[in-house]
Amino acid sequence: MLNGTCMYKKDKTSQKKITPIVADNLSVSFGSVNILNKINFKIHDKDITAVIGPNGAGKSILLQTINGLTNIQKGKITFNSFLHSDDIRKKQALVFQNPTLLRRDVISNMEFIANIYKNIDKNIIQNSLVRCGLGGYDQKSARLLSGGQKQRLSLARALLTKPSILLLDEPTANLDPFSLKLIEDIILEENKKGTCIILTTHDMAQAKRLATNIIFMNKGEVIEQKNSKTFFNKPETNEALKYIKGEILL
Amino acid sequence: MNIILEALNKAIELVITTDESLFEILILSFKVSGISLLLSCLLGLPLGTLLAIKNFWGRNSVLILFNTMMGLPPVVVGLVVYLIVSRSGPLGWLGILYTPTAMIIAQMILITPIIVSLTAQIVEEISQEYKNLFTSLVVPAHKAIMAYLYDARYSILTVILAGFGRAISEVGAVIIVGGNIDHLTRVMTTTIALETSKGNLSLALALGIILLFIALITNFLLITIKMNAKRHMYV
Repeated sequence: MLNGTCMYKKDKTSQKKITPIVADNLSVSFGSVNILNKINFKIHDKDITAVIGPNGAGKSILLQTINGLTNIQKGKITFNSFLHSDDIRKKQALVFQNPTLLRRDVISNMEFIANIYKNIDKNIIQNSLVRCGLGGYDQKSARLLSGGQKQRLSLARALLTKPSILLLDEPTANLDPFSLKLIEDIILEENKKGTCIILTTHDMAQAKRLATNIIFMNKGEVIEQKNSKTFFNKPETNEALKYIKGEILL
Repeated sequence: MNIILEALNKAIELVITTDESLFEILILSFKVSGISLLLSCLLGLPLGTLLAIKNFWGRNSVLILFNTMMGLPPVVVGLVVYLIVSRSGPLGWLGILYTPTAMIIAQMILITPIIVSLTAQIVEEISQEYKNLFTSLVVPAHKAIMAYLYDARYSILTVILAGFGRAISEVGAVIIVGGNIDHLTRVMTTTIALETSKGNLSLALALGIILLFIALITNFLLITIKMNAKRHMYV
């Protein structure tokens, strides 16, 4: 288990960039069940990577593994050659599929992060909320927000940390067109600013719209990793072709 | 029916006339229960939190022990404390038998397991909910604990009130270690027991009604806090 250790001196990671992300024969299992199996990929800093694949392919676990939330059994994942550490994790932000919000109002959810990550003043918090369409919701209980608002609050909270890598687990699943467009616009803006984006999605149109890079997974394995246009125009494997066509993968 | 009406009249009369001996009993009851509750919280809240968030060998056994102790028979607790603080007991030299101190100790033994077990349940639930988020955000342990306790404050407040309810209505232990001495260790519940045995049912029922009223206020507070928290989805 290499988690929490670093190949170089720990303090160097706080100054250096943490991309590209390289997975080398990465395997994760829960008990005797293999969730990720000998995964290899490389993600560059300016990429928007869409991880796609059928339910149970291991997409969410892959995101959590990149964020250091799972135990790696075999292989490794490196960030600009650094192994995972708290310093690396602090440069990432993960927006969960089902957002975990503190049992407080909206502004307190944001202030909690501001207290952990220093140099975040009230203006930054307000700007982040307004940007995510939550201006004026300060005093509302976070858990009384709608699904879309919760997801946007979760994103606003993530953006507050100014991450180098933004991990989004199905960020627009079941959202209305307003929330969907708002989140997609933010993803593109953040990427333009230099944030590496990795998202999971079942929405092929969204993957085409946003992604520059596609990782196609099935049964815990990376089947293909390609440039988005190449993947959608000429998928290499029969599985990818079937998935794009909307057929069941056995 | 007459006796109940008579008791009700007596209770109202005692309260309206601010009966000195009644208020002395009431003040001592609140003092003993309040101090034992405070001490139980000081001990039980951190212990419950620790049990909820720390994984160590024997953790489940400790939790089972505290859960079991929630149902401790008060008379047994009273007997054990009596044996310990009586003149021939290991703490006999303290000379606290038949004093409010002994009553506080007995009540603490009864309340602390309730505070520990319920706090552990509440904090474990919220820590599981926040676990991935806090790990992802690299939240320092002390800030995480503060967040658990703060966000579970409504639930914890109900635990504290439940502890108070148990303490104020307890009779078995305090009568054994307190001795029900007039002007010294006589509290509401022990007075009810005494007046009943004397056949003074009106006074016993009057005190019972006051005790019920206190329980009613406690439960009213409990439900109001819970409903208010639920309305804001804070629980």
